[in-house]
Amino acid sequence: MALASALDLRDRGGPAQPLLIARELKKHFPVKGARGKSVQAVDGVSFTVRKGETLGIVGESGCGKSTLARLLLHLIVPDAGELVFDGDAVGVADGIAVNALRRQVQMVFQDSYSSLNPRMPVRDSVAFGPFIQGRKKAEARDIARAILSKVGLNADLFGPRYPHELSGGQKQRVNIARALATDPRMVILDEPVSALDKSVEAQVLNLLRALKRQLNLTYVFISHDLNVVRYISDRVLVMYLGRVVELGPVEAIFERPLHPYTRALLASRPSMDPARRIEEPPIVGDPPNPIDPPSGCRFRTRCPFAEPVCEAASPLLGEWLDMQSHVAACHMQDPASGHSKAGHA
Amino acid sequence: MPEMDGVVDSPLVEVSDLNVTFVSREAMVHAVNNVSFSARRGEVLCILGESGSGKSVTLRTLMRLLPRQARVEGGVRVNGKDVLAMGARELRDLRGGLVAMIFQEPMTALDPVYTVGQQIGEMVQRHTSGDRKAARARALELLELVGVPSAERRLDAYPHELSGGLRQRAMIAMALSCNPQLLLADEPTTALDATVQVQVLILLRRLQRELGMGMIFVTHDLGVAAEVADTIAVMYAGRIVEVGPVAQVLSDPLHPYTAGLLASTVHGQRKDQDIDAIPGSPPDMRRLPQGCSFAPRCSRRSAECRTAIPEPRFPAPGRMAACINLPVGID
Repeated sequence: MALASALDLRDRGGPAQPLLIARELKKHFPVKGARGKSVQAVDGVSFTVRKGETLGIVGESGCGKSTLARLLLHLIVPDAGELVFDGDAVGVADGIAVNALRRQVQMVFQDSYSSLNPRMPVRDSVAFGPFIQGRKKAEARDIARAILSKVGLNADLFGPRYPHELSGGQKQRVNIARALATDPRMVILDEPVSALDKSVEAQVLNLLRALKRQLNLTYVFISHDLNVVRYISDRVLVMYLGRVVELGPVEAIFERPLHPYTRALLASRPSMDPARRIEEPPIVGDPPNPIDPPSGCRFRTRCPFAEPVCEAASPLLGEWLDMQSHVAACHMQDPASGHSKAGHA
Repeated sequence: MPEMDGVVDSPLVEVSDLNVTFVSREAMVHAVNNVSFSARRGEVLCILGESGSGKSVTLRTLMRLLPRQARVEGGVRVNGKDVLAMGARELRDLRGGLVAMIFQEPMTALDPVYTVGQQIGEMVQRHTSGDRKAARARALELLELVGVPSAERRLDAYPHELSGGLRQRAMIAMALSCNPQLLLADEPTTALDATVQVQVLILLRRLQRELGMGMIFVTHDLGVAAEVADTIAVMYAGRIVEVGPVAQVLSDPLHPYTAGLLASTVHGQRKDQDIDAIPGSPPDMRRLPQGCSFAPRCSRRSAECRTAIPEPRFPAPGRMAACINLPVGID
């Protein structure tokens, strides 16, 4: 593994340089027909992705996790903030161009059917990326064959088929093959197994883990399924209404969650044991509308510990030192915040 | 109701040898094959299965909510009444009266151009003799019952003005409006966020207990089944392969498919090991394999599995498994 990364000529910054740094990313979508209003999908999100790790991103619908995924690839352009890929700023004059970024970062989407061209045999869909990036047609076809067999599909049997002739799991394998055909260093997986049946989900998770080892990949894994995120991630980032509320190593997040939202999210997981059913809902209500998010801490409207300070000031994520840091954006974590539970939560 | 006296001990729902086939020009899809089960009053039966297993079709058959191409054979009795023999008028009384259903997508199941109060009121008026004012009062009472905050104001809200969780509560209120004896739930929490899903599950469990309804709950999620079910029926390829009390099925599954499903569901497995996935994928319902449909993916298969569809076996009280290779020590 160390050998493989040493041989990767594209590795510019060395092992200590994070593969991706996001700084204060922001994306607001204007709302049609409502002047001045906007959906604050991603509002000042910062984090890093270390080489070779899997960063899990969790949150409920509307928390901005899919917008964030698209920002990382510049599929949508951020309003503000900065992306640094392996030491090079993205999309600036002396940095790395967006096209060059996309050679090294690929994406797998949730809906395996609508993300494939229905009028193209899947081997052509897989070969399309390398072809566009300058490979000869025959060469691109060879790459497609090799990568299809790597994801567990017989290229002779499945390559000539169209997407509608494949099952959900097979289509998602094709999507993974397509993402890997351009030999990326990082793959962003946006709910890659959420639409799959459980028995197939396990196969695809095993495949993703094996590919990561073989190809020395770095993953950003977005999911609403906390059990899946715990299994696959090294570190976890929890989002709520466009902001990061907690970030840390996976076991720290699951064993010692700091933020009341993370705790509620974990406590909302079904128990798998009828003798230990959840008797009381951990929190009530739905996530608020991201068009008009609450002032201060965005979780305060559902938080059992909310105090006036939570309305007055936005809590900061806390000091982030290294990959082992476990931080949460909550006034109870900040002894100087003035929250009555601050310091001993 | 005098005729009730005779049927109290009989099951609320009795399905026997149900077959549902969808016929089109190209193919025949055998969606439900020889399915038999029963559910008692006050019982929560979970039908667990993956997409295409026939669980939703089975559920819809209980209310005859199937498209015209569906060919239905077998017996379906709810509260002693033969649902398959009902005429149009009887069916209208059944739907929403004796039996009500909540769906996965409240946004598409509710009518976008009427307020929540109007929709619930319409249902109340259809099944009772009350006027519009009484219907509105009942709608308000129902919204409060299902825990909608500021219910009075929400009566005049359109579905798009509500959050996902509130829409699902409004649909539950509508289903309960005429005191059904049987509530059918088709993946009612699948589209909801985790923190909202658990609220709706707790609500459904409470309502079912308090109102003494029978409930049939279709889901693909073992965790959800563990939260609500008394009894689990596991479906695979249009057949019920295992039935039993929820705790026993989850802790000690008899059928290899149930065991495989439990092993492949991610819940606290070791991070350095692969998950025990079931190999392969579910069969094409147009071309079911000979014999046991699960045999091609099964770790316990033997040559006999391909010769005949396994007969149900009853190794313990209340438990059924349709498999010829049950774990050692069970027969």
